Amino acid sequence: MSPRVAILGGTSAIAVAVARRYADRKARLVLVGRDLAALEREQADLLVRGAEQVVLQQADFADLAALPEAAQAAWTAFGGLDLTLVAYGSLPEQAECAASAEAAAAALALNFNSPALLLGELANRFEAQRAGVIAAISSVAGDRGRQSNYVYGAAKGGLQRFLEGLRHRLHPAGVAVLDIRPGFVSTPMTAHLPQGGPLWATPEKVAGDILAAIDRRKAVLYTPWFWRFILLIVRSLPRPIFHRSKL
Amino acid sequence: MGVSAVPSRDHLGWGRNLRAEHRVSRPATPQAAAACAAAPGGTRLAHGLGRSYGDVALNPDGALIETRGLDRFLRFDPATGILDAEAGVALAEVLAVLARPEAGGGGWFLPVTPGTRFVTLGGAVANDVHGKNHHRTGSFGRHVLSLDLARSDGRVMTCSPQENAGLFAATIGGLGLTGLILRLRLAMMRVEGLAMEAEDIAFGSLAGYFALAAESEQSWDYTAAWVDCLATGEALGRGIFSRARHAAGQGAAPPPTAPRRRLPATPPLSMVNGLSLRAFNAAYRRRLGSSGRSHAVGGYEKVLYPLDAIGGWNRLYGPRGFHQFQGVVPPADAPAVVAELLREIARSGQGSPLVVLKGFGDLPSPGMLSFPREGTTLALDFPARGPDTLRLLARLEAITVEARGRLYPAKDSVMTAETFRSGYPAAGAFAEWIDPAFSSGFARRVGLRP
Ligand SMILES: Cc1cc2nc3c(=O)[nH]c(=O)nc-3n(C[C@H](O)[C@H](O)[C@H](O)COP(=O)(O)OP(=O)(O)OC[C@H]3O[C@@H](n4cnc5c(N)ncnc54)[C@H](O)[C@@H]3O)c2cc1C
Ligand SMILES: NC(=O)c1ccc[n+]([C@@H]2O[C@H](COP(=O)([O-])OP(=O)(O)OC[C@H]3O[C@@H](n4cnc5c(N)ncnc54)[C@H](OP(=O)(O)O)[C@@H]3O)[C@@H](O)[C@H]2O)c1
Repeated sequence: MSPRVAILGGTSAIAVAVARRYADRKARLVLVGRDLAALEREQADLLVRGAEQVVLQQADFADLAALPEAAQAAWTAFGGLDLTLVAYGSLPEQAECAASAEAAAAALALNFNSPALLLGELANRFEAQRAGVIAAISSVAGDRGRQSNYVYGAAKGGLQRFLEGLRHRLHPAGVAVLDIRPGFVSTPMTAHLPQGGPLWATPEKVAGDILAAIDRRKAVLYTPWFWRFILLIVRSLPRPIFHRSKL
Repeated sequence: MGVSAVPSRDHLGWGRNLRAEHRVSRPATPQAAAACAAAPGGTRLAHGLGRSYGDVALNPDGALIETRGLDRFLRFDPATGILDAEAGVALAEVLAVLARPEAGGGGWFLPVTPGTRFVTLGGAVANDVHGKNHHRTGSFGRHVLSLDLARSDGRVMTCSPQENAGLFAATIGGLGLTGLILRLRLAMMRVEGLAMEAEDIAFGSLAGYFALAAESEQSWDYTAAWVDCLATGEALGRGIFSRARHAAGQGAAPPPTAPRRRLPATPPLSMVNGLSLRAFNAAYRRRLGSSGRSHAVGGYEKVLYPLDAIGGWNRLYGPRGFHQFQGVVPPADAPAVVAELLREIARSGQGSPLVVLKGFGDLPSPGMLSFPREGTTLALDFPARGPDTLRLLARLEAITVEARGRLYPAKDSVMTAETFRSGYPAAGAFAEWIDPAFSSGFARRVGLRP
């Protein structure tokens, strides 16, 4: 049977790279996002690339009240799901979040409250189905609070904890929960930064790692792999040294 | 839809002898790309996968619009083989998605492919690239049915042989100077087998090459020869002739969309030097054994893309990089002119194992500045060794010009404005179609732009 895959944040560059690999596996895909015209472009592309079916659904994930309905629609498109990937997010300016409670609240809501609530809705259905994989993109930024982006980091760190708890709960039901922690990826989210150099990865590279982790039902993925060691060091830096850094 | 432009020194030609400073934007959608093309500010240029050797894809101190974010397929009709796709899709991706063998082994294939599959559709149009099957299918532009071009005045022009035909002819082989290609429609080629039957045959002299080329043209789809650039005298022009054709009834899976291995680092010195060249050429020539022939049927990766196996092979030439010379000379004088070129190269002792000699057929190229024309083309790499190398390149350039030939802008980093004008008589007419906000290092070097 062709796999049923729901991608929440269907226009994210990382998600698109993942969707293309599932198209290659002749999957049936639900793409959910706020920009229907952009979703239609990905739909056409995925169909040429081999997807059996691509269904589009519109949702603004910042609208927390609309999340239950979005979860329900994605779940029923093909009568259940084999995989869901939560990929949306935003990279806020730390300075702006420090200056404005409104900006901080929006960033925290989109990067934590929203995926947590949405995953909660989906988790109940996966648990009842007793099969499938739940995956969400957090970030290496969630591994330690740093002066340069602790609002984003806190939301992503919260998401990591949430996924950890969900994994614990769904283990008996045979549902795998994958926490994806990318490093620097060249996508529209990071287009304003100088890219290039050994720390930057392409969405294609990251997508390859994500599929392998899903296939192996892994719990936590650092991608590319070396970030596991970079973060091991960052997490274990003694506070006096850490405080002198500009990280 | 603002796309930020970031300063960068990451862009250099494939020959790695020229690095430039650019403001770089990476639009992810055709709309955003069109906005980049029409943004206020200085000159701009599209940049695909950067497989051009010199400065056609560079715009030093100006802006580059990277097109790799425009990588969506729009539509493919398996009944007609017509593909609509964005301009940043790589040929490797077209093969991976569309050239899948059907039950009988046949399928849809690229009508024209250069010696690397890591080029974009837009780049293939802008250099009107050719492949080993030029005598069969002509240049890439012949298979482009239409394209959408974003201009700096904010317009997006649909161009085809019927609509905006002048702009279409200028854009095919137009070196990115007429605007930014957003998407295009390409007619794929139907083949009875995606696998290939391939033969290699050793020849002892240049005359041997021309005899094999004439003999093979009829029944072989793909032809090209390797030449030992160190051979002199009687053996001048000796080498190995390779010919291949699609094997009816036999399928072949597409090659991977990324190189299988990568060169991990740039060696401190060129690995290509007199010593390694002598050793390589001797070993390579003996590869076919005493029969001087080999025959095989299999995938097309080895036949069409031998260099794609190792990513970043261009770094083998060390930090100073290398130059490629590629010229084409008309058929009548080709044997004599190619001999003269090879004598000059052998005398210099420079050169590399990467030498290609190939015949172009008489199918006309549709672009005003298209490189391919009937005759014989010689391409080879030279490690960049300063003045000696430049002197040799100038000598080869002069021989080509004298023979009424032309050099290939995609490979060139040295030709003069006079050489360009003499090889491309349509350059004057082409200038009318240049978008005033687009420019490149090449355009300024050869006087197409101030
Ligand atoms: C190993 C190797 C083998 C090769 N073999 C061959 C061969 O056999 N035959 C052959 O013909 N060539 C060959 N080439 C050259 C190569 O095919 C061309 O240089 C090709 O144009 C590169 O495409 P690209 O996507 O890398 O474009 P780039 O090199 O990035 O750009 C090339 C030109 O296209 C323009 N351009 C790119 N995208 C667009 C766009 N969307 N709109 C408008 N202009 C655009 C750029 O401005 C530039 O002028 C070879 C190159 C290599 C490295
Ligand atoms: N890029 C990196 O370096 C990096 C590193 C670590 C983690 N991540 C995480 O990876 C995930 C994917 O990001 P990306 O790099 O692929 O960036 P991206 O291409 O910019 O994707 C972000 C996505 O979020 C969507 N989105 C934002 N707000 C939304 C809203 N209110 N409603 C609906 N959709 C909304 C965007 O939709 P629109 O298209 O409509 O704007 C877009 O699809 C994010 O969670 C990000 O935090 C990225």
